[in-house]
Amino acid sequence: MSAGSSWAIETTGLTKSFAGHDAVSAVSLQVPRGSVFGFLGPNGCGKTTTIRMLLGLAEATAGDIRVLGHPIPQEKESALPRVGALVEGPAFYPYLSGTANLIRMDSADRFSDPTTRKARVAAALDRVGLTNAADKKAGQYSLGMKQRLGLANALLKPRDLLILDEPTNGLDPQGTREVRNLIRQLATEGITIFLSSHLLVEIEQVCSHAAVMNAGELLAQGSLEELRAQGSTRVVLAVDNPAQAQAVVEAHSGGVVELSEGYLRAEVPDDFDTAALTAALVKKKIGVREVRLERPSLEDYFVELTGEGFDVVR
Amino acid sequence: MLFAKSVSLSLMLTELQIMFTRRRTWAMLAAIALIPIVLALAVALSSERLAPGEGPPFLDRVTQNGLFTGFTAMLLAMPLFLPLTISVVSGDTIAGEAGQGTLRYLLIAPVSRLRLLVVKYLGTIAFTLAGTFLLMVSGALIGALLFPVGPVTLLSGDVIGVGEAVWRMVLVASYTTISMTGMLAVGLFISTLTTIPVGAMTGVLVTSGVSQILDNLPQFEVIHTWLFTHYWLDFADILRQPIELSSMASNALLQLGYVAVFGSLAYGRLASKDILS
Repeated sequence: MSAGSSWAIETTGLTKSFAGHDAVSAVSLQVPRGSVFGFLGPNGCGKTTTIRMLLGLAEATAGDIRVLGHPIPQEKESALPRVGALVEGPAFYPYLSGTANLIRMDSADRFSDPTTRKARVAAALDRVGLTNAADKKAGQYSLGMKQRLGLANALLKPRDLLILDEPTNGLDPQGTREVRNLIRQLATEGITIFLSSHLLVEIEQVCSHAAVMNAGELLAQGSLEELRAQGSTRVVLAVDNPAQAQAVVEAHSGGVVELSEGYLRAEVPDDFDTAALTAALVKKKIGVREVRLERPSLEDYFVELTGEGFDVVR
Repeated sequence: MLFAKSVSLSLMLTELQIMFTRRRTWAMLAAIALIPIVLALAVALSSERLAPGEGPPFLDRVTQNGLFTGFTAMLLAMPLFLPLTISVVSGDTIAGEAGQGTLRYLLIAPVSRLRLLVVKYLGTIAFTLAGTFLLMVSGALIGALLFPVGPVTLLSGDVIGVGEAVWRMVLVASYTTISMTGMLAVGLFISTLTTIPVGAMTGVLVTSGVSQILDNLPQFEVIHTWLFTHYWLDFADILRQPIELSSMASNALLQLGYVAVFGSLAYGRLASKDILS
């Protein structure tokens, strides 16, 4: 049966055009079951449009989507009850309480069990720490509380997949940490989490896998190790006499050495021997104040992929 | 499947909760209830007695029998005020959910788009029922307070008892609600076209205005019986003995036609729409 597919989300050639312009262009995503999958890209790169198509809110111009093995939009009524989502910010009826809002959303799903509704709503509110504000009108919630209520809505039922679009937007540092902890905790329960973000730090802290999008195109995807391996290790040195040291470092690393802000940098193999380099420099009477190896960072790789950096709106 | 029945009901209950916890709804209902009160006070406080037939229809009868207050107020509310509140609730149905973003969360809950439309539509009918019944109740109460109450002389000259008159009030409120179902369907459709509720509300109000203007121009007589506002004032037929049924039947059929056509258009539009709000 197709529902047993090893991908929680799989798209092939997913494309969405608005007025002749491709907002999403031939995206083939593969999100492994059980992964915490970071969906990274600058604001406006097509992440939210992709998520809308995954949830059957918008129709793809071309390409196929399978969510939990079900083709979307054809079988969305089978797939969506197993999917919790936060799309482009939380949205609620401002004149209803937090509890009443969740009851409304849960009632919309005709497969939800009405006999357990109240208990599930209370449990979801408790999980995001909103129990004390449960009877307060959602319109009086702070931005962070609304974000939590949105998460509670995604957690109303046992889920196999959570699609969270920028879940820490608008949260203070403490709220951000709580949400990230919650995501890690949910991941240990075996729920696949698809997390979109424009913040690399967020992805690095919580994700096992990631995909990078820019200008509507998918540029890379895989486990974080696989993605890191795309970059290269570098040696970084602070020395008394950089000009003189440059030649020594070049000889050892066999590559181009850059000098910026008082530091020398050079690409080196992963097993580079820093002790030998230090010894060589000392021998030439060059004082070494600092030497370290910089493992390939995702940031370097992503900047390489997306060019201008992550907060740039195209 | 297991919970299909009850869950449809619980979604409907939340819809009613949303409709009737809004302050806006209560403000509109309060305004509707005020119409007969203002009318009765104006009639009671004015020194001159109206000659039969002077002023709006029935107005002269209010002083003779307080039970006429509701009927007269309904005649005043039908052309503008009731349609105004109808355009607010029906224009808000889908556009309101879209504008505040809850539409996307309902759809991924998931609720089918057809089910959502039906529930939203039934919600607007509930409001209309509340409005028309409230108007009749408020009319009867203020009428009974300020004027004599007794057997009612109908337009046909027959006299009916108070109990029978109350039953006619129920019929008038039901008839006017049915008269609004077509406009509510037009409103539902217009509401699927935009994410800005105020735009949809204005659009719906304009359709009722245009329809009433066309209905008053003899040059458009051919289409008069096809206008959803055409039979709006015919609830007066309920105040005859026996009740004149022919226009009521035509009205019901006409409204049903509007519900079918605009309901389908609304579904066609919502089902194929990308939810980008």
